[in-house]
Amino acid sequence: MARSVTTQRKLIFTIIGWSIGFLIFFPILWTFLTSFKTEGTAVATPPQFLFFDWTLENYHEVQSRSDYGKHVMNSIVISVGSTLLGLVLAIPAAWAMAFSPTKHTKDILMWMLSTKMMPSVGVLVPLYLIFRDWGLLDSRLGLVAVLTMINLPIIVWMLYTYFKEIPGEILEAARMDGASLMKEIIYVLTPMAIPGIASTMLLNIILAWNEAFWTLNLTAANAAPLTAFIASYSSPEGLFWAKLSAASTMAIAPILIMGWFSQKQLVRGLTFGAVK
Amino acid sequence: MFKRTLLLGAVSVAAMVSFAHAETLTIATVNNGDMVRMQKLTEDFTKKNPDIQLEWVTLEENILRQRVTTDIATKGGQYDVMTIGTYEVPIWAKQGWLLPLDGLGADYDKADLLPSISDAVSVDGKLYASPFYGESAMVMYRKDLAEKAGVTIPEKPTWDQIADAAKKMTDKSTETYGICLRGKAGWGENMALLTATANSFGARWFDEKWTPQFDQPEWKKALTFYVDLMKEAGPAGASSNGFNENLALFQTGKCGIWIDATVAASFVTNPKESKVADKVGYALFPTGGVENHGNWLWAWNLGIPAGTKKAEAAQKFVSWATDKAYTELVASKEGWANVPPGTRTSLYANPEYQKAAPFAKITLEAMTAANTSKPTVKPVPYTGGQFVAIPEFQGLGTAVGQQFSAALAGSVTVDQALQSAQALTTREMTKGGYIK
Repeated sequence: MARSVTTQRKLIFTIIGWSIGFLIFFPILWTFLTSFKTEGTAVATPPQFLFFDWTLENYHEVQSRSDYGKHVMNSIVISVGSTLLGLVLAIPAAWAMAFSPTKHTKDILMWMLSTKMMPSVGVLVPLYLIFRDWGLLDSRLGLVAVLTMINLPIIVWMLYTYFKEIPGEILEAARMDGASLMKEIIYVLTPMAIPGIASTMLLNIILAWNEAFWTLNLTAANAAPLTAFIASYSSPEGLFWAKLSAASTMAIAPILIMGWFSQKQLVRGLTFGAVK
Repeated sequence: MFKRTLLLGAVSVAAMVSFAHAETLTIATVNNGDMVRMQKLTEDFTKKNPDIQLEWVTLEENILRQRVTTDIATKGGQYDVMTIGTYEVPIWAKQGWLLPLDGLGADYDKADLLPSISDAVSVDGKLYASPFYGESAMVMYRKDLAEKAGVTIPEKPTWDQIADAAKKMTDKSTETYGICLRGKAGWGENMALLTATANSFGARWFDEKWTPQFDQPEWKKALTFYVDLMKEAGPAGASSNGFNENLALFQTGKCGIWIDATVAASFVTNPKESKVADKVGYALFPTGGVENHGNWLWAWNLGIPAGTKKAEAAQKFVSWATDKAYTELVASKEGWANVPPGTRTSLYANPEYQKAAPFAKITLEAMTAANTSKPTVKPVPYTGGQFVAIPEFQGLGTAVGQQFSAALAGSVTVDQALQSAQALTTREMTKGGYIK
């Protein structure tokens, strides 16, 4: 009896799980399908699900109008660059807070997070002026710097929670054996925190990849990443859903593939320390 | 290591110097059909001007507006040519943000520009942006549905005639709606239509002392008329319909009458996209008791920011993209139906264009009838047409548009919407120092 209830519950939860999964995935699927429709079919009511004349015209149009490769390169450089720079800055900070906490550690962490609470547009003009004077407008370097600063609080917070799970005694033992601070962080702490660091890195690459305020406002022709590529396919006068969907599909494809391959790492990292 | 860095630096400086010989213009533009066509014709320009390279930055309209405004206001110098609307040109020119276009060359033929458009982009007689394509608003209707319903729409209709025809054309059992009008909130969405409609009913945004006029009977008449008509003969969920939503409805045969920008005519008559391409009739923007056809006038123009270091090359490009030869270039490659409309008198005199564009005559009439210096019959302190040319209008128009959109959706009454509009406009105008 008990056994049959378990199977039933399992079945129900499986169905619920799959339904929620499908619900979350549906917009992406719909975008993907729309990218193969003509503009007319894309807005047709009732919407057509699978049985329409599939066409690659939108992809052809997007390819001929934009330099996709350049935008992808910019996106990769900016997201990976800002994440790596962020990690270099955040690992020592998180180490200090996790293993030598003071009574103000929690306040500092909160203060760091509070910088995320300000609406970005509030600092647009001052930052724009600084960028103009330093010649950083429309440069990858400038965007790497800005995105590093924006995501730094999240990187520090994530690393801090992972480091907290690592017993301080192991680091102490290393110190007893004469490891310098640098060696302690590089050879003892980092290898143990790899799953945490990896998931922090993946999550931040995704965040930087999708960032669409600064990447649009601080770039023009040279450093514009995929967000600008997508933004160029929406039109106030004229139908654009199919072409926009094609551009969106192309823009999310690389990060989707990356996420697919690294999902084990991502999930492991995000649940790291949850089960003891 | 240090030596290598030094070497790398030297090489990149050398590379940059050699690139500097060919000037690169960065052009910011919107993603509209005519602009995309221009981008595709880049080669023609670079062939004629081998020392100038073009870089295109295409953005969605709202993002573009935010982007170029930030850049021009801070003199960021990211763009050498900007695509801007007739709303921005006079405001920016007065700020000294735009270069006057006095080096467009002998072939430009300024006198050929449509006078209403030329006025809209000039300040003190000087041209501050060159019109790329222009539009007014007009009535587009289904000739077959009108015939079936037994109504005729005259070339200069009144709102009552439109309402009567729309009601008779409506057949909700086949999802055919007599009229499709914008309802989506936004200064460039429903407020463009409603400001023009209000003009045609004799209403005005402000009196001579900048006092908002939403408490006056003309506004009440215009808004009540709009809401009632849309309830009776409009599609469901009209409060979220903008230009594109109505375009899709009209193209798929679900609208009897659509009143919107003249540029829509080239979409609805395109047989590749439209099911009703050969069934569309045209008429002027309706009047509501006063001799005013709404005064809707808009153009996308190419302007040169004062901060650019490549003014000469930029003027060369602007001249190429907006002179008569460009029209012929597009016609030779893509046919006369695809040339950018609404900027030059000569285009409308061209028999080939008239043949390719059945809507040419009404478009020209609508554009010449629009008078941006006198938008409405009563005296006003502002210029404009379907908008009020003051910097505050983007915010104001959108806030008022939200009230009117709510009235259309039925969540507030017309009176409540007008009261809120009056209150918020009075507050903003007082804050802005207009009302002393």
